[in-house]
Amino acid sequence: MRVGLFVTCLVDAMRPRIGFASLRLLEAAGCQVVVPENQTCCGQPGYNSGDRETAKTLALKLLDEFETCDYVVAPSGSCAGMIRVHYPDLFRDDPTVLNRISLLAQRTYELADFLVNVVKFDAAPGHFAGTLTYHDSCSGLRELGIRDQPRALLATMPGVTVKEMAEATTCCGFGGAFAVKFGELSTRMADNKCRHIEAAGVDAIVAGDLGCLLNIEGRLRRRGNHTTQVLHIAEVLAGNEGDD
Amino acid sequence: MQVSSIHFKRSVTEKLNDEKLQNALSRLQTRFVEGRAAVIGEIADFEETRTAAAAIRDRVLKNLDQWLLHFEQQAIARGALVHWAESGADVNRIVTEIATLHNVRRVAKSKSMVTEECGLNEALEHAGVEVVETDLGEYILQLAHEAPSHIVAPVVHKNKEDIADLFAEKHQLPRKTGIPELCREAREILRPAFLAADMGISGANFLIAETGSALIVTNEGNGRLVTTLPRVHVAITGIEKVVPTLEDVTTLLRLLPRSATGQSITNYVSMLTGTKDAADHDGPEHFHIILVDNGRSSLLGGDMQSMLRCIRCGACMNHCPVYQNIGGHAYGWVYPGPMGSILTPTFVGLENAPDLPNASTLCGACGVVCPVKIPLPDLLRQLREKQMSLGLKSWQEKLALKLWGWMARRPAVYAMVIKITVRILHFAGGKERMLHHLPGASGWTAGRDMPAPQGKTFRELYRQRKLS
Ligand code: SF4
Repeated sequence: MRVGLFVTCLVDAMRPRIGFASLRLLEAAGCQVVVPENQTCCGQPGYNSGDRETAKTLALKLLDEFETCDYVVAPSGSCAGMIRVHYPDLFRDDPTVLNRISLLAQRTYELADFLVNVVKFDAAPGHFAGTLTYHDSCSGLRELGIRDQPRALLATMPGVTVKEMAEATTCCGFGGAFAVKFGELSTRMADNKCRHIEAAGVDAIVAGDLGCLLNIEGRLRRRGNHTTQVLHIAEVLAGNEGDD
Repeated sequence: MQVSSIHFKRSVTEKLNDEKLQNALSRLQTRFVEGRAAVIGEIADFEETRTAAAAIRDRVLKNLDQWLLHFEQQAIARGALVHWAESGADVNRIVTEIATLHNVRRVAKSKSMVTEECGLNEALEHAGVEVVETDLGEYILQLAHEAPSHIVAPVVHKNKEDIADLFAEKHQLPRKTGIPELCREAREILRPAFLAADMGISGANFLIAETGSALIVTNEGNGRLVTTLPRVHVAITGIEKVVPTLEDVTTLLRLLPRSATGQSITNYVSMLTGTKDAADHDGPEHFHIILVDNGRSSLLGGDMQSMLRCIRCGACMNHCPVYQNIGGHAYGWVYPGPMGSILTPTFVGLENAPDLPNASTLCGACGVVCPVKIPLPDLLRQLREKQMSLGLKSWQEKLALKLWGWMARRPAVYAMVIKITVRILHFAGGKERMLHHLPGASGWTAGRDMPAPQGKTFRELYRQRKLS
């Protein structure tokens, strides 16, 4: 099974170790992983800002790079949701591309969803020991139905105890450009999230999207919380092996 | 109503720092979010019911003119008079004319958001007619000279203490503190208003084409008094509220109270059909129904048409993390929350409400709770596209998007620029690996740190590994 890893622009720039953790997990699950080297961005920033044309161009670029893969996997519900749900919408009036793009969309998965539902993986090699709480990122949850998958994977790890926090499914306030354009509002939303995380009394907050994690970590630290770890689900599942 | 949506950002700051408001808003979660969650399970096929409800609404919108004519015919056949109002000003004119015709001096009014669009109360008062709001929330707002901040719970921004102060001041009675005492006081003041009213004005949650009826759902019983006690009843509602059959309405009624207030059904469901006949003990002698367009028909056939499915339940705002943090007034017009962020720019012009479509993380919470499946996040995004094509975006944003798009299409340039940027940011993050300031992104760093990048990009590290 040939799986194309879409690293995502945020992971590429900010936290490459999440990309490597994803790679290790996919390989541990028996996939042949390819990482198209020219990949950049799925086009979501443009799409959500009203720049449909740029989004279309980037969608076509991604299609060319990944079309030969059996599956496309991304360590992000947001980017996977963009491809799976919104790419077909971008080409709704263009039947020649629509067919190809829809086929690609159907083969695109968020990492935890892919591990649980496609390859039935249950041997996470990570060695995290402690309590954690999972934040349900919006696109993953509401566009792709990702809720049980990460929790199921975490449940297979003997050292991990998952404690649910209040309002786990409420947006953390990231929202891409929203976080800068409406900074105060976004900060308040992040702060609410941080309060719930702290009330849960856990060692780590885990999510499947780096955007949310940067937002949450940024607010936690500004609040003076320097102890709660902020981790991507791939890092917890795969463990860190000198990717830093 | 005056539109002040242009000041959205300034209002947000104000609302975020309003401690009383923040306390009041914290009730949304328990009262509405948990309330809805607790009752939707009563319907075994809730999701299918939503799909059915959306289909009922779409069927109407497809032939809205026909259904409205059908409704008109049936309503007239049962003794009502039907008026068509193209604008808010038309509504005010028609109601004033009806008031003059029937020698009306006092009006008792139950809740209606459409009349907020028109500023009807002011128009009537200007014409020398006294108007009393009888919905408790609306009555409080009338006393306080404030606008509703929620379409179902108009006074959700106020707390009990504020209301106790307001009543003591306006009623000139000893200050009460308990909710039952406050309600009793309001009831005692309002009762004579019902009895003295020559005309009752209500909204309508649905218009039933099959029977020519107006249907209203309420919890306080004031709607029933307003529509049956005075000699004249005027029901005012948007043209999109028409529904073909009684059976269709039952489907929608399974969803409306559950989505709105977490109730299986409201305390009252009143179906108002025709005028009082000889055998009736009560009911109005004259029944006028005003069908209001006020911009609605411009949505037909366009990409915002699905917004006309809306049954005004308020679930989208109850579940919206933006609304939950700022309340309704910041939105600057009649309708707040996600539905308001679509209706306001659509009705009053995108240039007068440029922030509203963007003031959302597109988290999707509204879309998944909407009982008639309006794709609210998609509509918000479409408004952003419209802003882009009309040149209503700032040059900074346009430039940033252009640059990003240009780079993302050129992998070599992209790799180089990102590599350099993350290197700089990595070093700027220091030992702590945190950035406290970011030029051009103070919106982020004013209240948050930015975790610094790891230092090398994934693509660099991946290539290194492949080579070694
Ligand atoms: S848009 Fe949907 S959720 Fe919002 S008020 Fe209308 S019907 Fe209710």
